[in-house]
Amino acid sequence: MNNNKQKNSMFDSLWDVFASVKLTVVVLILLATTSVVGTLIPQNADPVVYMRTYGQFVYRLLEVLDIFDMYYSWWFQTLIGILTVNITVCTIKRWPAIWKLVTIKKMQAGSIDNKQPLSKFSDPRNPRELDPLYQAYFEKKYSNLKFKSEEEGFRIVADKGRWTRIGVPVVHFSIVVILVGALIGSFFGFDGFVNISEGESTDYIRLRNSNDTLSLGFEVRCDDFDVSFYDSGAPKEFRSSLVILENGQKVAEKDIIVNDPLRYKGIKFYQSSYGALPPKNYQISFSSTDLDQSVVHELSIGQSVELPDGEGRFAVREYVQDYMFRGNRVGAAILGVLDKPGKEPMEVALPLRFPTFDKMRSGDWVISVEGYDKAYYTGLQVTRDPGILFVYAGFTLLLLGCWVAFFMSHQKIVVDVKSSSDSSRIRVFGSTNRNHLGFENAAHKLGEKLGKL
Amino acid sequence: MNSSLILSVTTFVYGLAAFLYMAAWVFNKKQINNWASWAVVVGIAGNTAGFVLRWVESYQLGIGRIPLSNLYESLVFFSLMIALIYFVIEGKYGQRVIGAFAMPLAFLSMAYASLSPNISDRIQPLLPALKSNWLTVHVVTCFIGYAAFAIAFGLALMYLIKKDDDGHENTVLSRVPHQRVLDELNHQMVLFGFLFLSAGIISGAVWANSAWGRYWGWDPKETWSLITWFVYATLLHVRFMRGWRGRRIAVFSMIGFAAVLITYFGVNYLPGLHSYGAG
Repeated sequence: MNNNKQKNSMFDSLWDVFASVKLTVVVLILLATTSVVGTLIPQNADPVVYMRTYGQFVYRLLEVLDIFDMYYSWWFQTLIGILTVNITVCTIKRWPAIWKLVTIKKMQAGSIDNKQPLSKFSDPRNPRELDPLYQAYFEKKYSNLKFKSEEEGFRIVADKGRWTRIGVPVVHFSIVVILVGALIGSFFGFDGFVNISEGESTDYIRLRNSNDTLSLGFEVRCDDFDVSFYDSGAPKEFRSSLVILENGQKVAEKDIIVNDPLRYKGIKFYQSSYGALPPKNYQISFSSTDLDQSVVHELSIGQSVELPDGEGRFAVREYVQDYMFRGNRVGAAILGVLDKPGKEPMEVALPLRFPTFDKMRSGDWVISVEGYDKAYYTGLQVTRDPGILFVYAGFTLLLLGCWVAFFMSHQKIVVDVKSSSDSSRIRVFGSTNRNHLGFENAAHKLGEKLGKL
Repeated sequence: MNSSLILSVTTFVYGLAAFLYMAAWVFNKKQINNWASWAVVVGIAGNTAGFVLRWVESYQLGIGRIPLSNLYESLVFFSLMIALIYFVIEGKYGQRVIGAFAMPLAFLSMAYASLSPNISDRIQPLLPALKSNWLTVHVVTCFIGYAAFAIAFGLALMYLIKKDDDGHENTVLSRVPHQRVLDELNHQMVLFGFLFLSAGIISGAVWANSAWGRYWGWDPKETWSLITWFVYATLLHVRFMRGWRGRRIAVFSMIGFAAVLITYFGVNYLPGLHSYGAG
């Protein structure tokens, strides 16, 4: 018995803590201030960089506090958790009262004796003439009405916009929905990436946070990748032609660009990056220095060809991404070997960007790369997020809820009509749950309208 | 005649409007207010014309995009929103002293766009990540929100310089609207701004999901927009639920606007994906 009571009181006090707006304010301020830290300290950077920037001691301290991945740290997630419970408890606690206000049939007449009218005026007509006019007007404009005949006149109590009181709970509910969606996504979804060379395919990806691989259960092939540039050199478009294969059969295909991913079985493929691969085929020209003779051969790495005059062979040995010539970077180049009878084999460098480079060698033949087939790999972001529908539903509810909560209101109006000699004295009272200034203006206008009925 | 020239002229028109509102307020000359209002109308017309012309020019350059994609263009749009929202308030409440606090902000934003040597007004084509219909929704909602918060800041400042309503003497401060009006208007602007900030964050999240495959990544700009949202959310709670009014709300509103400024400008000095807004 006693034990039970204690439990109850503990639950009650915990409930009270989570039902308090003070807690909301404290948690919001804590979230706002701590979030700043992660924008000043780069997140998930290389530990070596952190060490260099902050030194051993500060580095250890920050690491213990999870500052380098703070938005996913236990303490930050706990703050979000507390906010969620807080929002939920507050909403549950206030809901019955709100629902009662929205649905109750009876109108509260309310005492107006001590209140200041928002507007007062007199009308030459007497209350009996005004009664039907007023009734008709209010029936048109207000959803809930109550007429009350009094000794020397009548009183109308009306209200509208009761339903708008659910705006606030809807906003709070929407935030919980968004967070639930995020939770579903983090438990049942994944976030990974994969690089695919043109013409090749893969059936697994690498996960971003753990670096584990994940089997897709189907194959993705990249048929082609293209990058185009503006005249200024800025990138214009990245485009990958993707094909999805199940058991070797083509089941889907799409050219993806940034902002337009491919979706298959709930998994989305986003254009994320790209890179150059060593070209496979080169058009290599051999021009004689004395005679005006030139021959072009199509060669790939490892192939060789006889020189046009039959005096030796040239072999393409390898592709070098960043060739250094006497301490200067000359960019991508292929290295070949020139083998002439009676001479030592000689290494020849052919930078792709400088076709006349080989002239410097002053040989009988100037060898240069005329052209080559560019080859790329495409970098894809691969994600699955089963929580996204919740998140988007929450987004929609949040905006609708804010609109209703901020710009619509529950307005109550009391119009009191009393006869004075042969005319009527009219007073308009009212209250609203928000935008009092606007409501007062509206009450004035209502007075003017009633005078003209 | 090109858009940059029209917008440079608009800068001075906004400056003139701000100056006239201040003069009318300080020297108590109601007549000047009418000139100021006309200056606002001309400024809004010039600002809109500059915006539309820049749009047309981008088509003539073969680029063809709405001018909302770099710092210069966002500042131009920011000014337009400040001037428009202010003008609606003037029409609704007729308190033209507010112009002396709101129009300088429109002027400063335009002046920064037109005069700063670091801000290029060249029309550049869009990078792949920016090619999305969400660009327009995101930028428009964000900047309506920012503009509302800017005006809320002006109103909060007015609240703080206004002493309690004492006496009937006609002084500079007595011509500032009543604190009750300022408090209510500040609150209305915060509500309006909060709705649009929410819409801006949400449209940004939806866009990020279509471009990068994630709706939230704690990039500094995202994070700062959320911090701003937290600040104003706190303001709304202490006001609605704890009954805070007046001075404390005014201070809160100013803190919120500081967060807006960091979200808008400060983040460009931090590392992240949102670098488009920087130059």
